[in-house]
Amino acid sequence: MLGTEQSNVLQVNNLQVQVKTKNGASTLVEDINFELKRGEVLGLVGESGCGKTVTSMSILQLLNRKSTSIEGSILLQGRELNGLGEKGMREIRGKDIAFIMQNPMNAFTPVFTIGHQFIETIRSHTKWNKKQATELAIEAMHHVNLPDPVKLLKCYPFQFSGGMLQRVMIAMAACLHPAVIIADEPTTALDVNNQKNVLYHLEKIRAEYGTAILLISHDLGVIAEMADHVAVMKKGRIIEKAGVFQLFDEPRHEYTKKLLNARSKLQFYESAVHLA
Amino acid sequence: MSLLQINEVTHSYGSRTFFNWKDRSKKVLNDISLSIDEGTCLGMLGTSGAGKSTLGKVILGLERPQIGQVLFQGHDIYAADKHIRQKIRRDLQAVFQDSYSSVNPRMTAERIIAEPLENYEKLTAAEQKRTIIELLERVGLSERDLNKYPHQFSGGQLQRINIARAVSLKPKLIVLDESVSSLDMVNQALILGLLKELKEEFGLSYLFITHDIKAAYTLSDKVGVLEKGKLVEIYDSKNQFFTSKHPVVHRMRDSILAEHPRFRTIR
Repeated sequence: MLGTEQSNVLQVNNLQVQVKTKNGASTLVEDINFELKRGEVLGLVGESGCGKTVTSMSILQLLNRKSTSIEGSILLQGRELNGLGEKGMREIRGKDIAFIMQNPMNAFTPVFTIGHQFIETIRSHTKWNKKQATELAIEAMHHVNLPDPVKLLKCYPFQFSGGMLQRVMIAMAACLHPAVIIADEPTTALDVNNQKNVLYHLEKIRAEYGTAILLISHDLGVIAEMADHVAVMKKGRIIEKAGVFQLFDEPRHEYTKKLLNARSKLQFYESAVHLA
Repeated sequence: MSLLQINEVTHSYGSRTFFNWKDRSKKVLNDISLSIDEGTCLGMLGTSGAGKSTLGKVILGLERPQIGQVLFQGHDIYAADKHIRQKIRRDLQAVFQDSYSSVNPRMTAERIIAEPLENYEKLTAAEQKRTIIELLERVGLSERDLNKYPHQFSGGQLQRINIARAVSLKPKLIVLDESVSSLDMVNQALILGLLKELKEEFGLSYLFITHDIKAAYTLSDKVGVLEKGKLVEIYDSKNQFFTSKHPVVHRMRDSILAEHPRFRTIR
């Protein structure tokens, strides 16, 4: 393995996803190239339907294998994920790559307690017994500031608010210290007061464990707060890739300019911050 | 006289029943008084569960408050006779968050927009069609979309149809209950721009219920803040809101995400 590639935790080269239809293959995303280094946050932005989620699902090989075809290479710590069997992927999902979904309410099974699902995740990837797994779960939930984890583990998902459930999901994603976390619109379903809280915990995990984060969002505020680099997607292609400061200060592509102009501006607020 | 006036409205959900005698009701609106003037937009901010949507329902006449009055153009909407209520319903329209569940999936765009026109206007078929096409074009869609069904539109397009339906009778007040919250940023900006134009064009008033401070800032003339069913304060200008020292407002301002990585606070 080459030295430069070693520092890349995740490397995606020439990714192309096609879906088979009656009228032949239709391309969902193509020519996707990016890499993630340890402790780095890559923001993936674009409007709805541009292929952000398809990209993340193809990394995790979660798309229907019969109807879609994924081409190109997805290297996780030097290991090729594309074409890996279901058994191999199950070992990787949750342990090496964790996935945080947009809607935490739908991401948990309603019929089992949070504790049951949490401990199942831990035990399927480790050789720990139930007691050790419970301890780790409690510690992980403490870490995201959830009050009284012992009690919470006995609760069902519907007993939580969206913000709390998203924090449980972050705790679950982070507890096995994965190399990469893919966060697909982690704050979109939450109300404003919880958004910042969730992002704050994601950042804490990145800072402490050096986890690389692929942050998918259509909200440029989230990107401005979190990302090191940004890739802008449009109609299934990455059209611009730049450092976050460069992208906000000197967007090159017309579409990026359009996205930046679409933000509702709070000029007054910004000047107030400067004065303070 | 203001267009809409609410006097000391209190409303709670869940009341005593024969089998459940203990009073478990929860006050969702507590002694709320406010008014909206003609041609202005009142932004109503609050976290989830603050009672924003209940306030919207009370104003639309969908939820009779236990205490207090809702006066629309001087008429109490819950005490008015049938004739006046019918007139009020025409002048009072709504656009909700979920554009798909606000329309009948079996109707085409044409029939969706035609519904209020059929109920209130006596137009010939040709006139009605022309009005609908004009409305569609006004909200950025075209004649080609007339015969499409809701599932053939994107969320942003369907929200435009909802807006076209709401303005079709040239109402006085539109209640926008989180109307842009489920859209992506590009569409949000476009819809907010459209709402702003329509407001000038038809002299509309809005009650803009949202949890998004930036969106409220774009559209509103005045800003009110709800917290746990109580009206914290109403600010006559956006600047007043942003300089307010009230802890609730302070917390809200703190939750705004940075606009530029220069201002980031998390990392």
